[in-house]
Amino acid sequence: MNRILITGNVAAAWGARLADIDYCPAFPITPQTEIIETLAAWIDQGEMPGRLVMLESEHAMVTAAGAAAATGVRVFSATSSQGLLYALEMLYNVAGWRAPFVLVNVSRGLAAPITLEPDHNDILAARDCGFLQIHCATCQEVLDSVLMAYRLGEDPSVRLPVLVNLDGFYLSFTREPVDIPDPSAVREFLPPFDAGTIRFRASAPESQAVAVLSGGPYSYFRYEMHLAARNGLAAYDRIATEFEASFGRNWPAVEAYRCEDAEQLFVMMGSFATKAKAAVDSLRAAGWRIGLLRPRLLRPFPEGLFRYWMRGKRGAAVIDQNISLGSGGVLYSEVAAAIHGQPDMPLLTSFIGGLGGRDIPPEEFFEMARIARDAAEQGQAPPPRLLYTADELRETRKLQTLARVERARLSGGEQP
Amino acid sequence: MKTAGRILGTAFFREGYEVQDAPRYGAERRGAPIFAFVRADKNPILERGIIRRPDLAVVADDTLAPMPSAGVLAGMDGHSLMLINSHETAETWRGRLALPGRVLVLPASAEVEVEGRAALPQVGAACAGAAARLVGVIGPDALAAAIRDELGHLGEGVVADNLGVASHAYDLLAAEAGAVTERPPQAADAWQSPDWIDLPFEGAGISAPAIHAGLTSELMQTGLWRTMRPVIDPERCNHCWWVCSTFCPDSAISVDGKGNPHIDYDHCKGCLVCLAQCPPHAIRAVPEQREQGRE
Repeated sequence: MNRILITGNVAAAWGARLADIDYCPAFPITPQTEIIETLAAWIDQGEMPGRLVMLESEHAMVTAAGAAAATGVRVFSATSSQGLLYALEMLYNVAGWRAPFVLVNVSRGLAAPITLEPDHNDILAARDCGFLQIHCATCQEVLDSVLMAYRLGEDPSVRLPVLVNLDGFYLSFTREPVDIPDPSAVREFLPPFDAGTIRFRASAPESQAVAVLSGGPYSYFRYEMHLAARNGLAAYDRIATEFEASFGRNWPAVEAYRCEDAEQLFVMMGSFATKAKAAVDSLRAAGWRIGLLRPRLLRPFPEGLFRYWMRGKRGAAVIDQNISLGSGGVLYSEVAAAIHGQPDMPLLTSFIGGLGGRDIPPEEFFEMARIARDAAEQGQAPPPRLLYTADELRETRKLQTLARVERARLSGGEQP
Repeated sequence: MKTAGRILGTAFFREGYEVQDAPRYGAERRGAPIFAFVRADKNPILERGIIRRPDLAVVADDTLAPMPSAGVLAGMDGHSLMLINSHETAETWRGRLALPGRVLVLPASAEVEVEGRAALPQVGAACAGAAARLVGVIGPDALAAAIRDELGHLGEGVVADNLGVASHAYDLLAAEAGAVTERPPQAADAWQSPDWIDLPFEGAGISAPAIHAGLTSELMQTGLWRTMRPVIDPERCNHCWWVCSTFCPDSAISVDGKGNPHIDYDHCKGCLVCLAQCPPHAIRAVPEQREQGRE
């Protein structure tokens, strides 16, 4: 076994390398750049085949990825944050081409104001575009998920591109022990891409549709994409079972940590969920019956697993590392929709935390567990809570004061 | 510090520990405070991100210690040991920073004369070697192997220099082996409720994150980031008047009425695009440090 210390970025690059990618269109952006730097170095040194091309923007990069995928080769690319949003038009577009490839997103909060640290508003902006989404919590999971993502996207019942998400800094620049699977075992799990009818050639035009569609045909093609994405649920389970048989690691669509006898649950996704696991262990040691539900698969949304694991529980604290401005937590509304109208479901309480990489310390997890439990006992959920302390507001006030002083100075002494 | 953290992390890993290590910094630039953290445990590590209550804090540059934005003192309590690279004594720092825990000064060979301790050669290796000794569970072989793992790509000379410095720091702290101990995890029997507040609505005149000021980029002396300095040879310059100044991504090259280009060294970041673009090869690059020494 080859277990080494690597960052989440290098783990993503290892995933691409082991998947025997043919082509990687690239464009740098913090905190993703280490992925393409790693691949570029490997290709340059002859350690892996394939071609890496620097494009002039993320928009061009995703266009190139989709076009290459449509020829039937195996394509990998990576971006982050503003880059993902810059490519958003093409994300919707290439998903409609029904040519699978894997795009890694390293989550980073969106401007303005600008930050380099992670939250999930970037990846959730791509929630409805037709890419399937896998969210990772550890560096090992990043490598494994890239491999599984190729199987998922290339599955004949799916044929859609897949986004694999990891959090900036907390995974991207953090080294953890990662088992590098044996290449021959990977080839058995993930054989070369059998592209079938995906065979676009410039010299051989072909057509399955017309260019500008009215509502009827348009709805047909869009809904077929939806059905393909829904097929991803069964395909994912099959692939995860095979992956476990090959590599001994189990990555279910929804991870359920110590949930069997739990009365309370934390629900969250991404790398901060391992902190929730630590809190589950501490609370269990103090006599609580609590667990964690973590969706790895966000698209297609595995509502069946949520219903299965949530049935009979009393309360659940849904912690969103994102905010739909003017509404609230995205995961909260997804989970609420999944369990609505189902018998015997827990009361949900909504928390927003970790925006722009803001830490969530253990005592905040304990407090959220307490609030969710009390709410369940009273049968009444409190309003959504932003995790934000008086000290943090004090820090912000300090910055605002400095900005005002600066403004006064620049405007020639005029007081704001 | 990133490399020091990685040496310590790899040494732990080689001793059979689960490890998590990471550097933390904002927009990278020369002179910005940077820190790195290392977690090690016999069990898989679930915590992540910044370490809120460190068992050991290693300060490589003592000018950072009193600087609030560097956050050196964050979470330091009676259990935390601070190892500081300084000419001054541990007692001085303990008093100056009002630290409740122990302070040790990084021992360094007396024959090395430097202006600031942070300029010690291989200071990262010294910190990693000292930290490896203080945690008490890393043997000299694992430390040496970790240095090879992390620095091997830079060549045997670099490895040998760093090995020497790290081993020396490791040996000098023999009496303090195991001085750093693991604190118990935060129990959930009782906890202090977080001081959460409901953010009040504030008008956009206060709460918009606007930065509208064309002048600020001129005020920022980004020339400080430069490691290599482009220098124009007026003899070779063919006064084309536009190539270097057009390609400069920071608009740091201006051309006067006679067609002579001038580099604004307050804002040239040393990217050397001008050097690559100049058709008559009239721009060369010289190490910034050497040039500053001359000035």
